[in-house]
Amino acid sequence: MGPEGDGVRERPAGFVSCDETIEKLYHYLDGELTEERRVEIARHLDLCGPCVGAYGFEAELRKLVQSRCHDRVPDDLRARVADALRNEGACSAD
Amino acid sequence: MADQEQFSELAMEYMSALYTAALRMTRNPSDAEDLVQETYLKAYRAFGSFQAGTNLKAWLYRILTNTYINTYRAKKRRPEIADVEDVEDLYLYHHLAGDPSAGLGRSAEDEALDRFTDTDVKAAIESLPDAFRIAVLLADVEGFSYKEIADITEVPIGTVMSRIHRGRKALQKALVDVGRARGLVGASDEAR
Repeated sequence: MGPEGDGVRERPAGFVSCDETIEKLYHYLDGELTEERRVEIARHLDLCGPCVGAYGFEAELRKLVQSRCHDRVPDDLRARVADALRNEGACSAD
Repeated sequence: MADQEQFSELAMEYMSALYTAALRMTRNPSDAEDLVQETYLKAYRAFGSFQAGTNLKAWLYRILTNTYINTYRAKKRRPEIADVEDVEDLYLYHHLAGDPSAGLGRSAEDEALDRFTDTDVKAAIESLPDAFRIAVLLADVEGFSYKEIADITEVPIGTVMSRIHRGRKALQKALVDVGRARGLVGASDEAR
């Protein structure tokens, strides 16, 4: 099901449906479609308001997940790792 | 060894990304620090087998993921299922939509998204079962391709795609739950 049923009234030949577009939306966002499929979905999104709304939302959500998920590395962890590698290097040099 | 000297120069810049992933995996700062340190040590020792010019970041994630699965996951076994049978496509979008008939009202949903804090998003991700959490982390937080994730987690690409798909659905459901608890999402269940 598209976001609100079929958002495109007049569909050119070979035009993919809302159902198909929503189903392929993540692969489209992931850049994991074949060029032919990618163009089909892009063409649908150009013409279909409800689907492009859903697409915009999913793209925003992806950005949200990326931007809200960072943590500062504790200073002592950097030092700990550097020390551990130095020790390791000293051992293997023997 | 020249190789190993080069290691720090190349690998240290990924610590922040690796630490973030380690925190989401272990859900615990002290385990996350140990996991990162162990990852760097293992990578350092194995650096001779790393092929220059290939993807160092993916290689480090592979070591991190394997170490997590072998060391930490054994401690607390969780069932490897993501119960998403009742989660339809665009689950979060539909739950955040105030009035779906409002035509170009998509900015309302986008604005609702902005109200989710770091803590909300992290909690939602951390609530996912291991395999799905790792797949979503690698795909959506780190932006690895399906193929790279298949290499990192050592499972077939079809399995990766299915885990990402189910993991994302579970994440949307978790975000709706978190959003409900915080009053960002209406309590009614009138998803469309």
